[in-house]
Amino acid sequence: MKNNQYIGEGWKHAILIIGALVVLLPFYMVVSISLKSQQEIQSISGGLIGAQEVQTFPVCTKMGMSEKTCTMKPYVYNYWFAFKKAPIARYLLNGLFVTVSIFLIQILIALPCAYALSKLRFYGREFIFSMVLFCLLIPVHAIALPLYVMLAKVGLVDTYAALIIPWTISVFGIFLMRQFFMTVPDELIDAARMDGMGEYSIVWKVMLPTAIPALLAFAIFSVVAHWNDYFWPRIVITGNRDLFTPPLGIREFRGGVDSDEFGPMMASIVTITVPLVVAFIIAQKRFIEGITMTGMK
Amino acid sequence: MGTIKLQNINKSFGKTEVLNDLNLEIEDGEFLTLVGPSGCGKSTLLRIIAGLEQQTSGDVFIDDKNVNKTRASERDLAMVFQSYALYPHLTVRRNLETPLRLRDYSSLERFPILGNLFPNKKNKTKKIHDLVQKTSETLKITELLDRKPGQLSGGQRQRAALGRAMVREPVAFLMDEPLSNLDAALRVHMRSELSELHANLKTTFIYVTHDQAEALTMSTRMAVMIDGKLLQLDTPQQVYDNPLSLAVAQFVGSPKINTIKGSTNSDGTIKFLNLELQRKTSITNTDIIIGIRPEHLEISKDHSNNSIEGVVSYRENLGSDMFFHIEIGGDNKKLIARGAPQLTSSISIGSKVFVTRLKGEALLFDQNGSRIKFTSDN
Repeated sequence: MKNNQYIGEGWKHAILIIGALVVLLPFYMVVSISLKSQQEIQSISGGLIGAQEVQTFPVCTKMGMSEKTCTMKPYVYNYWFAFKKAPIARYLLNGLFVTVSIFLIQILIALPCAYALSKLRFYGREFIFSMVLFCLLIPVHAIALPLYVMLAKVGLVDTYAALIIPWTISVFGIFLMRQFFMTVPDELIDAARMDGMGEYSIVWKVMLPTAIPALLAFAIFSVVAHWNDYFWPRIVITGNRDLFTPPLGIREFRGGVDSDEFGPMMASIVTITVPLVVAFIIAQKRFIEGITMTGMK
Repeated sequence: MGTIKLQNINKSFGKTEVLNDLNLEIEDGEFLTLVGPSGCGKSTLLRIIAGLEQQTSGDVFIDDKNVNKTRASERDLAMVFQSYALYPHLTVRRNLETPLRLRDYSSLERFPILGNLFPNKKNKTKKIHDLVQKTSETLKITELLDRKPGQLSGGQRQRAALGRAMVREPVAFLMDEPLSNLDAALRVHMRSELSELHANLKTTFIYVTHDQAEALTMSTRMAVMIDGKLLQLDTPQQVYDNPLSLAVAQFVGSPKINTIKGSTNSDGTIKFLNLELQRKTSITNTDIIIGIRPEHLEISKDHSNNSIEGVVSYRENLGSDMFFHIEIGGDNKKLIARGAPQLTSSISIGSKVFVTRLKGEALLFDQNGSRIKFTSDN
């Protein structure tokens, strides 16, 4: 009986492990290739990190650097060259600036909206909320062209504003925070009013701190979506390379004269992905802790 | 000063009328209880006084000033809620400080970091700190100041919520069933603490409860509300002894008052069951309702004149008192009578007993539930 149980459990785990491997394999490839030399990559040899033999890289010397500078271990070369060839640091900062700006402005708008839609009584509230739900159904790609035309008309193409402004009103954010605010007891808001707080103070000093878990969830959705977004930056950033976000930066390694420089390309991908993974791990801990709402009951 | 006057207050939510032409004057320093069954509109009334709810029509005056258009935050009232409603993300100290910070600091001084540059802020901060310290000493919660509400027990949260209301020294305290989330023993204990607090602070208290025991024990005056109407406003003793209507008589008092159907004849003599009252009334030839409280009935095993015969169906032993539910048959079905446990312990369920009443304690009501006076009452 007991053995049968273990076998049953074993099957489940085996299937789950296979699933996990399928999902993790691309990441393994990326990390592995970012560490290996060109020959090892092309001959698919060398295991995870390759032999790491010190060698001189021809692509590097072609760019006019001395042989001494161009002689190093493959993993150093891959990361060094990734930063050398494209201003990855600049792209990372762009990505940080754009995603943080989008997230902060989204909160600035979504929180008061969600508060009004959940806790204030006014004529037409249900109608407005149904419009919010309706907006959730509109795909971004459907409105991309009109958005681009509008931005072009006001001369904002090729600016940070073009990357940020279209995303500042997050319908999903309003919806998510509204659902969360519905669970905050009315008495807490009444207590704040009796203490002398205005409605805006209530939003920022009472609702915001109690909504931290929901905000973190929203932050993950928002930051991941806009950090990884390739579609929109590709449309509105037409010429100025200084405004490239990380996904656009990866394009720098594609094609061109010295094509198939896979090592540096994968190195740049690792560099771009790591901040997100780290941010998620940090947020996840806070996520689970949350803020105990027991004080209200 | 803390007088509050309500004039012709009406409130309806959509088509449902919650308050109906309600007038109430609350004197400075009194402990007024709004008591009534759930759904009678007492909490709505409190929220209208607080300014959290807008009345459909009528006026609210605080210290003779019309506050119809004044917002809750500017009425200088403090409220204690049933769920305590402490800010869950702040320590008890910060919870207590919040109303003071909002009152004392200007909006610029409340600004993070930059606000500290204002020269006056230091003095104000010191004053706030001292006030919080003083209040927490009064309520004996000094050692809890650095905890968050989630780490407190029900009774401690209750005190913290009281503290947050007290620090500001408001015109009046509004309390919305603040004891109903506590366990029975603590509730009884907090009753006496609240009364003591009221005696020390000498501020107006308006206290909403559905528990008539709380109303009877704590208040200087109690307002009995049923179905959105104020039925009686008087001292607890007067409300209990001298209810103006059957609804009030039935709501106040536990167990509930006994009601017996009866009638008057042409000279105002009152008859019920097989008995006749000695006192008369001016109302003649009509059906009436006689109310007698359980403690005004006496129970014995022996037949005597003017006694009602019945069978004990249930005994309720409260230790100090014993209540008997007695089936008497007919339309009236059941009487509840009180007896001392020592004298009545031999009476068991199913035994035949005789109930006699104390003289001069019956209350008369007409068919609509209004009180009828005896002629000798004047």
